[in-house]
Amino acid sequence: MTAQPLLDVQDLTVEFSTRRGIVKAVQHVNISVAKGETLAIVGESGSGKSVTSYAVMRILDRAGKIAEGSVMFSGIDVKAATEGQMRDLRGREVSMIFQNPRAALNPIRKVGDQIEDVLRTHVQQAMVSDHGEKAIEALEQVKIARPRERYHAYPFELSGGMCQRVVIALALACNPQLLIADEPTTGLDVTTQKAVMDLIVELTKRKAMSTILITHDLGLAAAYCDRVVVMEKGRVVETAKAADIFANPQHPYTKKLMRATPRLGVSLRDLLPEEEGAAAAESAPAAVASAEGQKPLLLIEKLVKEYPRQGATATLGKLFGRKPPVEPDVFRAVDGISFSIGHGESVGLVGESGCGKSTTSMMVMRLLDQTSGLIQFDGEDIGAIAPASFARLPQRSRIQMVFQDPTDSLNPRFTAARAIVDPIMQLGDIKGRDALRARCEELATMVGLPHNLLDRFPHQLSGGQKARVGIARAIALHPKLVILDEPTAALDVSVQAVVLNLLQDLKARLGMSYLFVSHDLNVVRLLCDRVIVMRTGRIVEEGSSERVLSDPQDDYTKELLTAIPHPPLPVH
Amino acid sequence: MLTMIGKRLMFAIPSLIGVVIVTFLLTRALPGDPAAYFAGPAATKEAVEQIRKKLGLDKPLIEQFFRYTNDLAHGDFGNSLTTGQPVAAEIRNRLPASAELTLLGLIVSIVIAIPLGVLAATRPGSWIDHLCRITTTAGVSLPVFFTGLVLVYFFYFRLGWSPAPLGRLDVFYSAPQTVTGFYLIDTLIARDFEAFRSALSQLILPATTLAIFSLAPIARMTRASMLAVLSSEFVRTARASGLSPATVIVTYAFRNAMLPVITTLSMVFSFLLGANVLMEKVFAWPGIGSYAVEALISSDFAPVQGFVLTMAVMYVLLNLVIDILYGVIDPRVRLEG
Repeated sequence: MTAQPLLDVQDLTVEFSTRRGIVKAVQHVNISVAKGETLAIVGESGSGKSVTSYAVMRILDRAGKIAEGSVMFSGIDVKAATEGQMRDLRGREVSMIFQNPRAALNPIRKVGDQIEDVLRTHVQQAMVSDHGEKAIEALEQVKIARPRERYHAYPFELSGGMCQRVVIALALACNPQLLIADEPTTGLDVTTQKAVMDLIVELTKRKAMSTILITHDLGLAAAYCDRVVVMEKGRVVETAKAADIFANPQHPYTKKLMRATPRLGVSLRDLLPEEEGAAAAESAPAAVASAEGQKPLLLIEKLVKEYPRQGATATLGKLFGRKPPVEPDVFRAVDGISFSIGHGESVGLVGESGCGKSTTSMMVMRLLDQTSGLIQFDGEDIGAIAPASFARLPQRSRIQMVFQDPTDSLNPRFTAARAIVDPIMQLGDIKGRDALRARCEELATMVGLPHNLLDRFPHQLSGGQKARVGIARAIALHPKLVILDEPTAALDVSVQAVVLNLLQDLKARLGMSYLFVSHDLNVVRLLCDRVIVMRTGRIVEEGSSERVLSDPQDDYTKELLTAIPHPPLPVH
Repeated sequence: MLTMIGKRLMFAIPSLIGVVIVTFLLTRALPGDPAAYFAGPAATKEAVEQIRKKLGLDKPLIEQFFRYTNDLAHGDFGNSLTTGQPVAAEIRNRLPASAELTLLGLIVSIVIAIPLGVLAATRPGSWIDHLCRITTTAGVSLPVFFTGLVLVYFFYFRLGWSPAPLGRLDVFYSAPQTVTGFYLIDTLIARDFEAFRSALSQLILPATTLAIFSLAPIARMTRASMLAVLSSEFVRTARASGLSPATVIVTYAFRNAMLPVITTLSMVFSFLLGANVLMEKVFAWPGIGSYAVEALISSDFAPVQGFVLTMAVMYVLLNLVIDILYGVIDPRVRLEG
């Protein structure tokens, strides 16, 4: 490297003082970013990638401090700079984009005013008169339609993708030299993710800015970055050019990460580390042969769910003799869909947020009543049962659910064991302490949860362990159908790989059917025999996973597929 | 905005009707016979019967109720049996006394508690945080009558700085002409500055007592709410954009943190207004709380009913004000109006 790097982090160690003593979140990290370069920092949760970037901005929590090493930003020693100097730097020279765009904006301040706050802080007083225009310009730059109107919008009036554009506008308003993007697209739909990433790259290239992209997604890093830094447990394990690192990963952790990333042309077993994958393949039970010509387990016909468009005040309005609103007063969340799931089959339900996939799964679970249509489960018309009474019926035990967030879906006051036996205590026929405990341990063994963890509370378990508890709870009553609502969306890729394999094994061993609700086509393909693609309440495409992914017919499916960032080369 | 206010007031009507019915029934269900009470211990049975007839208590309950609601509709709250005065007039005189005291106490409390809470939240673990904790714990753990007595002991009895705790105005001054009912304002309108100073000096001790008590919930809520907002992501974004600490704390954190504080304020206010009987006793304050309790003890129906109804109306209005304030602060609330 000939020129001096824009950002040079040498031997950085960040410490947090906690109740259990000092924790080193980042240890001896060396990172440099050249002018105009795009660098990715890749790692799983707890790898210290975000902490590193906070240290660069010096916005660590009160408990955290830079213990060792130096951070030089274009000749300024960040560690030694005064708070006033740092304030000048932040926003004007280095700015940041955060993970959750909606939470990153002040909810009760107009977005235009928020952009102006930044402009006013950093731009010379002489230009004050021009400020309204500058903020609008910043909004225009991130391709927000009708920026003059949006200037007066509040964050809650904008979509997630739109909010992220505002956050980008905020970050780029003062033309900084370095942009740090901390998981900028997590939680956004794939097509939105692509649009947002393209926008970031386009703008930073045009302004000749350097970018640090912090992400857990190797595909994203490969698609958009020049160089990749891989971090594990607070240390940098590998730094290489993006093309090289995928072709020839050096460190075992990098290899493991790459293996675990779902991509085209691999099977579920390939995601696991080599030895484990082989072991899993050998020990995997033979799939229960599904009898041909049998009736489907779940049959859904012309299912419709409508919501009234206005809020609760409408009824009161009617009470006082108001005339009904002129616009159509219902919104069709699910618009006449039909599909079936066979015995032992797993079907993926794919679509972006708001497409009606969750509404569909909730109607099948009888958590919601449908407006019209048929839901037949195992030859029985469960659609006719009112949701309120369904929870107490024996049929309920045969449909179970695994939820998206493993933490939020466990009662924080229940131990793992209590959570697992909960459905048995409600609906099962096992009575007595010892019998329940025995069943609980049996289930724990099935999902690979060590027995000594059974008496812990959720906050004492890792994400993967909590996911296992959620799965054990779902299979406790020998269900025939399990609805998996994005069960791995909140997990790291390596944990996701293990959980997906576990789900696959359990399905084969117990002969269950899955309805797998997800936005991630790559993950769905691995686990599901068939895929249903939904959009605005309708099914746009349906077929075998291989066919839909390799040869999509519908334009929307094609769009979804191309939006997924892929690592350049498969690993051998 | 006006339609929202109108709608809110309309929603309050059913609850007010409920209050009227419940208070009527409750006062009837109370033990004690007002007729016997007023006839005195030496009265004969005939005399008691006669009083009962005079009071209309011999009529069936339903008839009593209709007579009562009919009077209410004409703005007649009935007459107090103990004082013989119309209840409406008594409440009109006493409510401003309570309101003036409570408002002043609350203003003093807000002026101290909110900055204290904000400072404690921005510097957790510092001396100001500890000061906040100590003051609020002390303030809430000392009963108002005790703090009131301590203040009277020192500032009136020992030091003699404040006047005797005997009502709203020194005996040498006559009450100003009633405009708002608040002596501080009325004396100013009448340009009677001597009386103003007297009214103020009478108010200082009881208002301080109230402020000490109400400091705790307000400061605590401000601190907790500020802490939550300061650790939120948009504050981090604001910091990462290099905004000055003042902008971050005032424009970004404080406005968001105000919402729960306003709710607390409304609860503290309504509590202080009606429930501060002991305070009114200690300072011989002619307020509404002591009036209601005295009436309750002597089984005097009309003032109790009048008091409960007044408080219900106050509560409805207070909630309306809070809702409007919410709408001013939080744009998300405006939509649902």
